[in-house]
Amino acid sequence: MEGAVAPSGLEVDLTIRRSDLFQLRLDLVIPAGTTVALLGPNGAGKSTAVAAIAGLLPIDAGLITLNGVVLDDPRSDVFVPADERSVGVVFQDYLLFPHLSVLENVAFGLRTRRMPREQALARTRNWLERLGLGSLERRKPGDLSGGQAQRVALARALVTEPDLLLLDEPLSALDVTTRTELRHTLAEHLDAFAGPRLLITHDPTEAFLLGDDIHVIENGAVTQSGTADDIRLRPRTQYAADLAGANLISGTASAGRVDTGSQTVRIADDEINGAVLLTIHPTAISIHNDRIGGSPRNSWRTTVERVELLGTRVRLRTGQPLQLTVELTEAARAEMALTTGSTVWVAVKATEIGVQADHVETGADDRAVDAVPGPTA
Amino acid sequence: MTKVRLTLIAGLSLVLAACGGPEAETTMAVGGSTSSLPGGLEGEVLVSAAASLTDAFAQVEAQFEVANSGVDVVLNLAGSSALRDQILEGAPADVFASANTSNMDQVAEAGEVAGESQTFAQNLLQIAVPSGNPATITGLEDFGRDELLIGLCAEGVPCGDFAREALANAGVTPAIDTNEPDVRALLTKVEAGELDAGITYVTDVASTGGALDGVDIPDDVNVVADYPIAVLANAPNPDAAAAFIDFVLSDEGQAVLAEFGFVAP
Amino acid sequence: MSPRSARRRSGVGRLPSLLIVLGCLGLALFVVPLAGLLGRVPWSDLPELLTSDVVTDALRLSLIASVSATAISLVVGVPLAWLLARVEFWGRSLVRGIVTLPLVLPPVVGGAALLFALGRRGLVGEPIGELTGLLLPFSTWGVIVATTFVAMPFLVITVEGALRNMDLRFEGAAATLGAKRWTVMRRVTMPMIAPSLVAGLVLTWARAFGEFGATVTFAGNLQGRTQTLPLAVFVALESERDTAVAISLLMVVVSLVVLIALKDRWWKAL
Repeated sequence: MEGAVAPSGLEVDLTIRRSDLFQLRLDLVIPAGTTVALLGPNGAGKSTAVAAIAGLLPIDAGLITLNGVVLDDPRSDVFVPADERSVGVVFQDYLLFPHLSVLENVAFGLRTRRMPREQALARTRNWLERLGLGSLERRKPGDLSGGQAQRVALARALVTEPDLLLLDEPLSALDVTTRTELRHTLAEHLDAFAGPRLLITHDPTEAFLLGDDIHVIENGAVTQSGTADDIRLRPRTQYAADLAGANLISGTASAGRVDTGSQTVRIADDEINGAVLLTIHPTAISIHNDRIGGSPRNSWRTTVERVELLGTRVRLRTGQPLQLTVELTEAARAEMALTTGSTVWVAVKATEIGVQADHVETGADDRAVDAVPGPTA
Repeated sequence: MTKVRLTLIAGLSLVLAACGGPEAETTMAVGGSTSSLPGGLEGEVLVSAAASLTDAFAQVEAQFEVANSGVDVVLNLAGSSALRDQILEGAPADVFASANTSNMDQVAEAGEVAGESQTFAQNLLQIAVPSGNPATITGLEDFGRDELLIGLCAEGVPCGDFAREALANAGVTPAIDTNEPDVRALLTKVEAGELDAGITYVTDVASTGGALDGVDIPDDVNVVADYPIAVLANAPNPDAAAAFIDFVLSDEGQAVLAEFGFVAP
Repeated sequence: MSPRSARRRSGVGRLPSLLIVLGCLGLALFVVPLAGLLGRVPWSDLPELLTSDVVTDALRLSLIASVSATAISLVVGVPLAWLLARVEFWGRSLVRGIVTLPLVLPPVVGGAALLFALGRRGLVGEPIGELTGLLLPFSTWGVIVATTFVAMPFLVITVEGALRNMDLRFEGAAATLGAKRWTVMRRVTMPMIAPSLVAGLVLTWARAFGEFGATVTFAGNLQGRTQTLPLAVFVALESERDTAVAISLLMVVVSLVVLIALKDRWWKAL
């Protein structure tokens, strides 16, 4: 394209109404050379987003542009179909054509664009080598392992040198070991890809490790955006908190004290007032058999509701007045002889409690950074 | 394994037993109950008759049943050769009325006829044309014209054999477009106008009640079809069968046949 | 083989004896008539009978008609199946019903309908005949039309089923790789339904090969022009029993060869 603007990345502002009950609202920008992770549970609308950006589904309202070129603009009646978009997609189940060999699968996108056979095969073989698939050229998808299939799918998407890379749950079909291995491969190739990249996943580790920028999506709307640390340390919804494994409590703040309804908690920030969200990490809570003296001002008596053993670590659930998840070593638990029903005293330092103002979420506002400086953990 | 074998044997026995059944039943139900009352016949009479006798024999059946209220005449209508095959393969029938002597002879040669067959009617051939005679057929000579669509009954079907004989008599080599498996099929096509002409029996043309027109064939080239009738050797109800044939040969029966266009023998 | 190892081999538990008995009875229904036919074959006269004009003409016509019908069904039937499977249009169920009709109607009724539509005095046949001089009944093309009419529904049904059951996401994947509609059809959809397509074609051929009622009613019966093998058998039964049996045997052999050649996996695709 003559006089083209330098690659500016993907800009998405879309609304899709799938049914009377479900609507997807997505507003994000992915600059070239950045990976954005869309993280959310099943049914959140992630696959719909993929279909819309890939060009398989028209949006109902909004605008999608890629490197300055309009892909979908309902108002001006512009819709670029999938086969005319330069998007490389790695699908959830890979969708490798079962009747074609690995070589033919990967070369598919080149051959449809009329690249001469020799040239196409040469480029394809190059990519297969890069992904360690050289010896599998002749195999059929049915004879590949999960990890191999995933790499073939990646090669197939990358070989066409697309302007945008879309990965829909690329690792979720794999077992844990393979997943870890392939995460490295994926990270390498993502970094090497010059354009914008969008990764869809429900696995927080994947999102945190591969994404430069993370958007948490729930029920068709983005509930939180930020870096991995932002999400982990300052989750804004229960889902995000669950992902981070953190405790999330809402309450009303006033002069350094937060009323959660059943317990007053002291926080380090004296100035914030009104509705707040408190984040407490399970490891920041100390647990004792008896009342503690000394500095922690946040301390109360409670009972152990549940004990979960995870290898050498233990997660306890405490009951009233504040339900919290507490993490400690198995050795410590044994030493204190803690079981379901045990009476304990918990304590947490005010400085260990993350505080953020609790906005009313509109979904569009996800780029707004919280104005309250919270303590870093 | 043994259990399977036993079950198989049991199953086979059931099948064989079932095979033996129906025949025995029929014999009991039909054959055994011939009344000895004078003039009082009973039971079923299965009459296998050539298709061209359809309308005529329906009338005969009605009148015969009025005269003999204890008898139920069942008409089995098909091409004469199909009926011949049925009889030769052992199908149970009381009477056979054929549209030509050849089929009857074959049945007799196989010993399936009780006594002698008798000719009960004759039929003549006629050219059948669609209503209005659109191709203006005047005689058998027209059958040699290539541009017309001509149909005959297939060889082996009595009507087909006779038609070819008549054409040979007239010295005409016909340009045939189709050999229909039976007379009814031929008639249907002529009636629909899909064929310009066909050769059937006089009775067939008459039976369409005006839907077809007929063009006569001169007597010197026309072929006379003798229709024989006989009681079959293995007739389940021979008395009633004989009575039926007597009726067909009687004045009353002959009148019915004449009504439908058949000629007296 | 001991009962234990037999069980292990077959992979099933105890073989239910009732199933075996019923299954054998079902098999007998097919095998016994075949045995009856074989019992009447005039083995010594067979070569002479099979090389007679009647038989060679009929065989030639049967092959021409059945193969042509299959080819036409492929060209016209696949698009029709695609429309029924992929496009939502008003009256789709009705169209599907009409396409399936020849499967349910007695073939003779089908032949009569063809006659009324395409015959010399037919609804469509008459104007076309007057315009072009084209006449279908009593011609070889008439045979092809009649056999296509009764056989094509098999192809349409099989292919429609396959298209419906196919995972559509593959077509989406192909689109994201730059494939336009036609390329997707050619390189993804068709190859993926190929087993069903082949099975459908074989069924279509088989039905066309054995077709009688519609052919004799619409195209008539004339040696060398319209008399296919089934018609030849029917006519031969009138007077030449041996010829009829010989032709029947020929048909059985040809059909068995084709059907047995159909690989197991294509049977699965039906």
